[in-house]
Amino acid sequence: MQAYVFVLAGFVGFLVIARVPPLLHTPLMSATNAISGISLVGSLVAAGAGRSVVSTVLGTVAVTAATINVVGGFIITRRMLGMFKRSDRRPSGAPKV
Amino acid sequence: MREALVQASYLLASVLFILSLKSLSRADTAARGVDLAVAGMAIAIVGTLMQQTIIDYRWIALGLGVGTVVGIPLGTRVPMTAMPQRIAIALTFGASAATLVGIAEYHDHRETLALGQRIAVAFEVMLGSLTVAGSFVAAGKLQEVLPSKPLTYRGQNAVNFGLLAVILVILGAVVAGKGGMPMFYTLVTLAFIAGASLVLPIGGADMPVVVALLNSYSGLASAATGFAISNNVLLVSGALDGASGFLLSMLMSKAMNRSFTNVLFGAFGSQTQVVAVGAGSDLVATPISAEDAAVQLAYASNVVVVPGYGMAVAQAQHQVRELAELIEKRGGEVRYAIHPVAGRMPGHMNVLLAEANIPYDKLYDMDEINGDLSRADVALIIGANDVVNPAARTDPTSPIYGMPILNVDEAKSVIVLKRGMSVGFAGIDNMLFYQPRTRMLFGDAKASLVKLVTEIKAL
Repeated sequence: MQAYVFVLAGFVGFLVIARVPPLLHTPLMSATNAISGISLVGSLVAAGAGRSVVSTVLGTVAVTAATINVVGGFIITRRMLGMFKRSDRRPSGAPKV
Repeated sequence: MREALVQASYLLASVLFILSLKSLSRADTAARGVDLAVAGMAIAIVGTLMQQTIIDYRWIALGLGVGTVVGIPLGTRVPMTAMPQRIAIALTFGASAATLVGIAEYHDHRETLALGQRIAVAFEVMLGSLTVAGSFVAAGKLQEVLPSKPLTYRGQNAVNFGLLAVILVILGAVVAGKGGMPMFYTLVTLAFIAGASLVLPIGGADMPVVVALLNSYSGLASAATGFAISNNVLLVSGALDGASGFLLSMLMSKAMNRSFTNVLFGAFGSQTQVVAVGAGSDLVATPISAEDAAVQLAYASNVVVVPGYGMAVAQAQHQVRELAELIEKRGGEVRYAIHPVAGRMPGHMNVLLAEANIPYDKLYDMDEINGDLSRADVALIIGANDVVNPAARTDPTSPIYGMPILNVDEAKSVIVLKRGMSVGFAGIDNMLFYQPRTRMLFGDAKASLVKLVTEIKAL
C-alpha cells in the first residue's frame, strides 16, 4: 500500500516537474526543499511522544532543523519569485520572435 | 475520528504540494504556488499536533521557536549569488532531520520493527547521513571555505567503492536485525564519511549536478522516513523531492555532456587535461577597444547577451542591464541566451538576471534561441567560455565534443568580454575567439561593461 503511494507520487511528481521551465529551476529546488521540510511531522512525533530521552532530544533537534527549512525555504522562494518580472514595454526595434 | 482528521489533513497537504509544483510551470503563477505549499504545510503541522501520541509540547515549542529564529534570516538575508550554497545547507538540515528521526525510531522500537520498517529505517539513515555530509562539503566548496578544486588522491575510486561495499554489508546486517545499536551507529557513521568522501573530489563547476543529486537523495531519505513511520504525506513529498532532484541532475548531466552513470559514480571533474589548440599555432585573437565595441553595440538592432559564471563572479549583472537598456533606447533588441549550466546550480543564471531587474521574457533557454542566433547582429559573451565553444560540435577529439552549446559562432559578429586568453573550466582552447568575426574586449567584465555604458552614452 505504501509502495503504491510512493510510486504514484513519484510518477505524478515526474510529470509535473518535467513541465517546469529551466527559467524556474532554482525556485523549483528551493520550493521542493521547503516542502521537504514536511519531515517536520515525523520530528514532531519523536520530540513530543515522550518515548525516551534519546528520542526527545533527537526529535527536538530534528524539529529545529526541519523548521529552519520550512521557514527559511518558503521565505526565500517567495522572495526569489518576486524578482521575476515581465517587461512592461516592448522594445521599439525588431519584432520579438 | 481524530485519526481520520489527521489523515485528511495529510491528504489535503499532499494535494496542495502537487498543485504548488504545478504552478511552477509558469513564471506568472509560480508565486501563488508557494502560498499553496505554505497552506499545505500549515495544515499538515496542525494535523500532526492533534495526534494522540503527542503528549508533551514543550520541546516541540522549543524546536519550532529556534528553527523560526534561525530560518528567517536564512530566508531574508541570503543573497541570490549564494543560492547554491544556501540550497546545499538546506539539504544538510533536511537530511539531518530525517536521519535523527530514523535514529530515534530505531532506538525506541528496534525490537518490534517489522522487516519492511527495518529496511526503511536503514535506508533512511544511510541516505540521510550521506546527504548531511555530502551537502555540507558541497556548501563549503560553493562558499569557497573548502577548496573548490577537486581533491583527489591515488586509488580514490577504489577507496570509495570499498567504503560503499562495506556500507551495503552493514546495511544488510541492520536489515537482518543483527548487531543492535552499535551496528546501526556504524552504518550512520560510515555513510557520513562516504558522503564527504564522494563530494570532496568534485570540482566547483560540477556542483549543479551534485546539488541536484543530493536533493534527490534527501528526498528519498524523507520518503524512507514515510515508509518507516507509515506516514503518507512524508512518502508523497519525499517522492516529489526525489523526482525533482533526479530529473534536474539528469538534465544537468546531459547539458554537461556526462553520462548519468559517470555522475552517479563520481570521478567527474578530475580528468581535465589541457589541450591548447591556439598555443603553438599562429592563431591570433583580434582585440577591440571599448569605443569600437560600443559603436558596434549601439547600432546593432539585434543583440544576444550570453552570460556565464564569470559575469556572476564579477557581480556585473546590473551593468549588463544598464547596457541593455541603453541599446533598447536606441532601438535595438536585447535578448539573453542562457545555457543550462551557466551558474552554479540549475536555473541560477535566470535568478541572478531577474534580481538585476531584467524581465524574464527576455531570458531564453538554449533550445529556444539556438535556431535564431544567426540573426543576431552582435553576440556579447560575458564570462562564458566552454558553453560557446564550437569544438563541441565540430571537433570529435575535443573533451567537450557532443556537449550541447550555444551556437554563437553563427552570429553576424561576436564580442567576447574576457580577462585574458586563459582556458575555460574544461581546460581547452576556444576556436570561437579566433574567428574572423570575433573581437576580444579584454579586462574585468564589470569594468568593461561600465566603459561600454559610458561610451554609448557619449555617442
